[in-house]
Amino acid sequence: MTTKLMGEPVARVEDDRLVTGKGRYADDIMPGALEMAVLRSPHAHARIRSIDVDAVLDVPGVHAVYTYDDLEGPMAEPLPLLIPHPALTHGRTQYALAKDEVNYVGEAIAVVVADNRYLAEDAVGRIEVEYDFLPPVVGIDAARAAENLVHEDVPGNVAAVMEQSFGDAEAAIASAPHRLSLDLTVERSACMPMEGRGTVARWDEDLNRMSVWTSTQTSTGVRAAVATKLGLDLGQVDVVTPDVGGGFGVKIVHPWPEELLVPMAAKALRRPVKFTEDRREHFISSAHERGQQQHIEVGFDDEGRVLGMSVKFWHDNGAYTPYGLIVPIITSTQLLGPYKLPNYRVSFESLYTNTVIVTPYRGAGRPQGVYAMERTMDAIAAELGMDRTEVRENNFIQPEDFPYAHGELTFQDGRPLVYDSGNYPEMMRKARALVDWPAFEKFRDEARKEGRKVGIGIACYVEGTGVGPYEGGHVHIETSGKVKVSTGLTTQGQGHQTAFAQIVADELGVRFEDVEVVTGDTRRSPYSVGTFASRAAVMSGSAIALAARNARAKALRLAADALEADVDDLEIVDGIVRVKGAPDSQIALGTLAVLSNPLRYAFDEASRAATQFAVGDPSKPPVAEDDEPGLEGKDYYSPPRSTFASGIHAVIVETDPETAEIRILKYAVVHDCGTLINPRIVEGQVHGGVAQGVGGALYERMAYDETGQLQNASFMDFLMPYVTEVPETIDIDHLETPSPLNPLGIKGAGEAGVIPSAAVFAAAIEDAEGFPITAMPISPSELYALRLTHSTTSHERTAS
Amino acid sequence: MTTPGTTAEHTETIRLRVNGVTHEVDVPPRRLLSDALRHDLGLTGTHVGCEHGVCGACTILVDGQPTRACLMFAIAAQEYELTTVEGMTRPDGTLGPVQQAFKDCHGLQCGFCTPGFITTIEAGLEENPDPTPDEARDMISGNLCRCTGYQNIVKSVLRAAELKREIPTGEGAGQ
Ligand code: FES
Ligand code: FES
Repeated sequence: MTTKLMGEPVARVEDDRLVTGKGRYADDIMPGALEMAVLRSPHAHARIRSIDVDAVLDVPGVHAVYTYDDLEGPMAEPLPLLIPHPALTHGRTQYALAKDEVNYVGEAIAVVVADNRYLAEDAVGRIEVEYDFLPPVVGIDAARAAENLVHEDVPGNVAAVMEQSFGDAEAAIASAPHRLSLDLTVERSACMPMEGRGTVARWDEDLNRMSVWTSTQTSTGVRAAVATKLGLDLGQVDVVTPDVGGGFGVKIVHPWPEELLVPMAAKALRRPVKFTEDRREHFISSAHERGQQQHIEVGFDDEGRVLGMSVKFWHDNGAYTPYGLIVPIITSTQLLGPYKLPNYRVSFESLYTNTVIVTPYRGAGRPQGVYAMERTMDAIAAELGMDRTEVRENNFIQPEDFPYAHGELTFQDGRPLVYDSGNYPEMMRKARALVDWPAFEKFRDEARKEGRKVGIGIACYVEGTGVGPYEGGHVHIETSGKVKVSTGLTTQGQGHQTAFAQIVADELGVRFEDVEVVTGDTRRSPYSVGTFASRAAVMSGSAIALAARNARAKALRLAADALEADVDDLEIVDGIVRVKGAPDSQIALGTLAVLSNPLRYAFDEASRAATQFAVGDPSKPPVAEDDEPGLEGKDYYSPPRSTFASGIHAVIVETDPETAEIRILKYAVVHDCGTLINPRIVEGQVHGGVAQGVGGALYERMAYDETGQLQNASFMDFLMPYVTEVPETIDIDHLETPSPLNPLGIKGAGEAGVIPSAAVFAAAIEDAEGFPITAMPISPSELYALRLTHSTTSHERTAS
Repeated sequence: MTTPGTTAEHTETIRLRVNGVTHEVDVPPRRLLSDALRHDLGLTGTHVGCEHGVCGACTILVDGQPTRACLMFAIAAQEYELTTVEGMTRPDGTLGPVQQAFKDCHGLQCGFCTPGFITTIEAGLEENPDPTPDEARDMISGNLCRCTGYQNIVKSVLRAAELKREIPTGEGAGQ
């Protein structure tokens, strides 16, 4: 009997290829292609007076140089505003190559295509540009002050103002027995996948066809962008996603200028062209996220129950808004977390600055929302002298409340914000047990006796995952019995080839080894959306399950004919359809694949075997009117709305009394992503997310100076965690509350590890130090400075 | 604006000995070893994550010592035995112990950093075949990974040490 694979920690099929150096990443493809290098603006804000490329043409090995003036048709128009929104009244996007003005250091001005990257860079160095400098706007304070404008036709630097509410937050706060207000900030970080961006394109003059390989999170998105911008029919463009060295959000379609310029140049030069960015380019010309200022007003009762909450925040969207308002909308809606608020109002301003654009980074606005809410919960507990977990429990949505609607709020997918399922009290019980919450005070006392400072933090979150609109699955059983599966969304290390093969093996009744999954290839799956918002397992997992069920139904129908049995009496085990209880009466799926395609020659084992079976009624056409040849199943999954995963993280930290260094003593995660497909992959996602969270909370920030220069644009200066910075172990406990919205009960897991980090570390450090932590990330020197401020103020207080 | 693309810069003919095989290539003196391995020899298992010696993705073994191929010119690598991740499999082509350990312990996700870890660990275990968990962490403390959070990479080091001990001497990975 085939063993169930769903829920098993199956080893990944991707690994053999990747550990032997046989992965194929974008830069590995098409050796010998011409290479592109980009001239990027060295200034944060300037008008371009002139560009002189004459000296470039003398550089040996140079094939082409392009500036804005060389762009034609749709390429000469601004890049698309991908996600428009009625509140985005002043959306702006850049040109593929800057026209007249640059708005951040790193903005593309010109590109050179040469024999190789070295020569292309030499040539870029020879381009002369004259600028008229404009005053740069850097940071949220400067954007709000609006003494200078990023775009002269955008008053106040405000791209959008948006407000949502239910109940009457102001009235509820005014009449509440207790009130508090908080001001919080979070700084910018970035995804920083180890592989940067890369695109390769080949124009085939004979087939009149464009092939693009790009390190992307959405092959169909890039395909549409390339076709539109280059004036090609969609059917002329193939986009293939090779192995991708991490994404975390930044590799979603924007589209990058280079993703369009590479195919443009390949077509013009009739030579394959490649662009592989270097690390500095990734820092200054891809995307960042997280920067926000928040002001919170909350009113609550004696049990810490929130009666009304009003949040206003300012979101730094960088120089342009290609990705619309997705990040701040997520912050404003996911802020509510697992809590039942009777009255809520949130408004935000999305502000321009002369810095790199802001688009989703793993968590996508949720970390900031969770930070706002969880810091509020901690503040309420402190105000009332209550246990922090108890305040949270008093506010939880209860298991019987599902489906739970947060008033009339609208989520990022444009659908009502309705949670499908969850069990938050049980999750809190598990979290308290996992971190041994009740024993902490004793531990603190003992540590104190030794002159040590320790603190504990806890933070809850709810994560809308698996947003629509849809994904598809295609399952094809070949005459060899091997099963070829395709889904359109892409893979950046999540092990989709393994997880999806597990689903197919179970649904179809075939051996895991016989299933091969392809993702992100528009030739196989032209209809698809992409990999973001922890949606791959939910969306493609569901679509593939449905497709496999269709293939199974067809196989059983054919087998019933061939074996002269009833469909209900059949089972499929290890790729063989057999009559239950009469195992001799059987037929292989591969043989059925031959029978399903009656017009073909017998050229292999399966087709020879098929000759002993006669299928169908000789008086009818071999392929029935409502049928198709081939043993395939295909389907799409399009959910009514998102499914909501949830979790609680707890951390114990120790802060050095002298150096203010912050050390992690324990990190615990309770996580509910519905039905688990592969727990080992899910745990890997949690590990990686936590490491990014540690980075974001304690180390990583984009250090822009006031002129808009990013001062730490390298791995030497931007402190990404090494093994020495992460917790040695992470204690993980799962809760499985299946989603009622999809066939397998799956919820997403990709972002969970990173969402509550800023909140949970701020809480733990605050607990260790005894003064409020309101700005994240926090470095030892900042903590040290805070200590000095607070010791002076307390000293002054004692003195007065 | 396009130009015909005349011949490029001056090159030297050099010999590189990689994974036991000698290759002759023409490279400009400024060509990085990482680029020569990847683009001239087609050994694309060596990855480039930063090109300034910080991430470790490009780590190869130079006479057995872990070395950042992005910090070395190809022309300067002629005298040495170079080993890349492609040379880490067993002679019969199956996974070497460190590679197997990464698979066993889910020590990789996107796999981009992995070759640099594998080469680093291979050399580390030569020096210290029986590391403690702390020593295992120390061994990989110069390599960046953005996907895994490192916990499973530390496990992979310990597992690789175990697997290596199981292999009779002389059958180890590489040459
Ligand atoms: S690429 Fe060589 S160390 Fe990063
Ligand atoms: S596995 Fe992706 S960077 Fe390490």
